[in-house]
Amino acid sequence: MNIDCPLPADTGEIVRLGHGSGGELSQRLLRDCVFPHFNNSWIAQGHDSATLPPATGQVVFTTDSFVVTPLFFPGGDIGRLAVYGTVNDLAMSGARPLYLSCSLILEEGLPLDTLTRVMSSMGAAATRCGVQLVTGDTKVVERGKGDGIYINTAGIGVLHESFTIEPGQIRPGDVILLSGDIGRHGMAVMARREGLEFDSPLQSDCAPLHRPVQNLLDAGISIHCLRDLTRGGLATALVELAETAGREFLVREADIPTCDAVRGACEMLGLDPLYVANEGRFIAFVPADQVESALAVLESDPVTVGSRAIGTVTGGDRQQVILQNALGCERLLHRLPGEQLPRIC
Amino acid sequence: MKYLDEYRQRDSIEKVAAEIARLNTRPWTIMEVCGGQTHAIVKYGLQQFLPAAVELVHGPGCPVCVTPLEAIDRAIAIASRPEVIFCSFGDMLRVPGSDRDLLSVKAAGGDIRIVYSPLQAVTLAEENPDREVVFFAIGFETTAPANAMAVFLAREKGLRNFSLLVSHFLVPPAIESICSAKNCRVQGFLAAGHVCAVMGYEQYPPLARKYQIPIVVTGFEPLDILEGVMLCLRQLEEGSCRVENQYARAVERHGNLPAQEMVRQVFEVVDQNWRGVGAVAASGLRLRQDFALFDAGRRFCTDIIARADTSGCISGEIMQGHKKPGDCPHFGNSCRPEKPLGAPMVSSEGACAAYYGYRRQEPANEH
Repeated sequence: MNIDCPLPADTGEIVRLGHGSGGELSQRLLRDCVFPHFNNSWIAQGHDSATLPPATGQVVFTTDSFVVTPLFFPGGDIGRLAVYGTVNDLAMSGARPLYLSCSLILEEGLPLDTLTRVMSSMGAAATRCGVQLVTGDTKVVERGKGDGIYINTAGIGVLHESFTIEPGQIRPGDVILLSGDIGRHGMAVMARREGLEFDSPLQSDCAPLHRPVQNLLDAGISIHCLRDLTRGGLATALVELAETAGREFLVREADIPTCDAVRGACEMLGLDPLYVANEGRFIAFVPADQVESALAVLESDPVTVGSRAIGTVTGGDRQQVILQNALGCERLLHRLPGEQLPRIC
Repeated sequence: MKYLDEYRQRDSIEKVAAEIARLNTRPWTIMEVCGGQTHAIVKYGLQQFLPAAVELVHGPGCPVCVTPLEAIDRAIAIASRPEVIFCSFGDMLRVPGSDRDLLSVKAAGGDIRIVYSPLQAVTLAEENPDREVVFFAIGFETTAPANAMAVFLAREKGLRNFSLLVSHFLVPPAIESICSAKNCRVQGFLAAGHVCAVMGYEQYPPLARKYQIPIVVTGFEPLDILEGVMLCLRQLEEGSCRVENQYARAVERHGNLPAQEMVRQVFEVVDQNWRGVGAVAASGLRLRQDFALFDAGRRFCTDIIARADTSGCISGEIMQGHKKPGDCPHFGNSCRPEKPLGAPMVSSEGACAAYYGYRRQEPANEH
C-alpha cells in the first residue's frame, strides 16, 4: 500500500477569507482540495451530517485537536497526526476505529498546495487505518491569527470485547509493556523547528496503533489498561495512570528503549527523553503470565517492534511512579511544571 | 551511546566507591562547584555510593541561580518593549524577577524567543532589520566564547540592531569567596569540568596553595564525579592540596586558547553581584568600550532600581554550601517548580530543582 502524499504542481494560489464564507469559494476549496482525498459515499452525499449504519457493540467516541509547527516534519505531517492521534485514542479503549470527522481552521494566506498535501496525507492515513472521514467543516481566520492549519478530528469506534480496558482494571502484579523506543516524535519536530541538524536524521514515530492492539486482543491477551504516549511523554502517562488507578508503579529506567539519535539530542539539549512527546507508542498493563505471549505478538508488527517490559504494578497503595535507574537508585516520577526547557550549558 | 555509557556503568562505579571507602578514615566535606554535577549526583543517587562520613555540598555553579535580580528586572523591561525581539536560553524564562518573570512578559505579548545559541539571535537580527534583537548573555566562562563570537559576527555583518544584555560570571573568584568566608566548611573542591575546558586550570594552583585545599577538575557523569571524589579524598587523607585533573578527556591545562582570546577581546573583567551572595570582586564580565554599540544595557538605558530580594529564597546559603534544599522551610511547599520563590528551583542546574525533581518521596507539609 502506498501512503505517500502525491505532490501536486504548485499553482501559487492561497487561502482567502472568502474560502470560509460558505459560498462559491468554499465549495471550490472543498471540491478541489478536500473531497478528492476523503472519497466515500457520506462525503458524496453532501449533507451537513453523516448518517451512519447501526453499530454492533459498544460505541466509543473521542476527539483531539492538532496544532503542530512545522506542518511537515521528518516521518509525518499534521494530516497524518490528525488521523492517527484520534485513531489511537479509540484504540486505547480497545475499540475498532470506524469513522472520523475533520474540522479545519485555515489561516488566510496558506498556499492551497499545502492544504492539498495535508488533505492527501489525511486521506492516505485514513485508508491505512481503515476509517472513513465522513463529515467536516472549514473556517478561515485572518492572516496572523492561525498557524497555517489547525485540525480537529473526532472519532467513533466500536468495542467487541466483553471486558473493559481502563485504569480501574490495573491490578498489583500487572506488568507494564512499552511498545517501542521513546522520544522520536518530539525530537524530530524540535530538530526541524529549531533547525538543529544531527548526523543520523530523526524520524517521528507517528503511527496508528489500532492494529497491534487488535492483535493483542485476538491473541487472547487480557489487557487491563492501555495508554498512548503523547505530549508529556512516557513519564506523564505513567503518573496520570498511577493517580487515576490509585496504584504504585515501579519502572526500570534501563529497560526503557531510546535510540542513540534521541539520547544524543536530549543529552545535548538537556532534555529528559521520559518527557519527550511520542505519536506512535503506547503502554499496556497485562497479567504477568501473559507477558511473553504479548511481547511476541507486539514483536510481529512493524509498528511495535522493540516492545519491552519496563516495570510492574506494586502492591503499594501510594499513587506514585518509582523509577529505578541503572545504578539501582530510586526516585519518583512526576508531571512537569510546564514546558520542558533546554538547559544553558 | 559512546563516551557516555561507559561512565554510567554500575560495576565501574562500585569499584571506585570501594576505593573511596578504603581510603576514608574520617569526615570530610567536599563541594562540587557546578550545578550540572549537582544534578548528576542527585539524579543518580551518588551519595549512596559514598561513606556516611563523606558529605558533598553544592556550589555556586548555576548560571541561572546567580543572575542578580536587577539583571532579570532589566531583561523584563527590555523584553517588554514592542520593538524588541528578546532571545534567551529557556531556563531564564521562569526565573522570578521583582514582580514577574519573562514567561509572563511573553504571555502578555512580548516577543521572547527561546534560542539554543547566541548565533541564532544574530541570524534573527539579520532577518528582522526593523526590529531590535537582544540576546540575554548569561553564564560562566563556558558560554562567554559563543557570546563573544556573536558580537564579532554582528560587527562583521554590520548589524546595528543586535545587542547583548550581559550578566556573566567567573568561577575562580567565587571559589575564593567561599574559601575566604569565616564559616567555610568546605575542605576540597570538585572544579567545574566545562569551565576548565575553556579556561584550563592554571588559575587554581594559587588558590589551592593559599587556602590549603585540594581542587580536582571533574566531569559530569556518575563515574567522573566519583573519581573526582576519590582523588580529592586521597589528597585530604594524605594532607595534600594539589590541583588534579580527573576530566582529562575534555580539559587541558591551558584550556582553549583561541576561545579565551576571543573573550578577552570582547569582554573586560568587572566586579559582579551574585544573587543571594552579594558583590564579589573581579568576578564578572562586561562588554569593552570598543563593543559598546552592542551593549543592550546602554542601548536601552533602562532605569532599574536594585531591589532587595524579599522572596524568602535562601539561594545564597544554598549556593555557598551552608545549607541544603531540605533545610529551607519553603522547599516543596510554597516553593515548587511551578511556582518558584527563587532560581535554584527553576534552573536545570539549580540544587533545589534537582532535589525536588529527583525526590524519593513527597516532601512533608510546610512547618
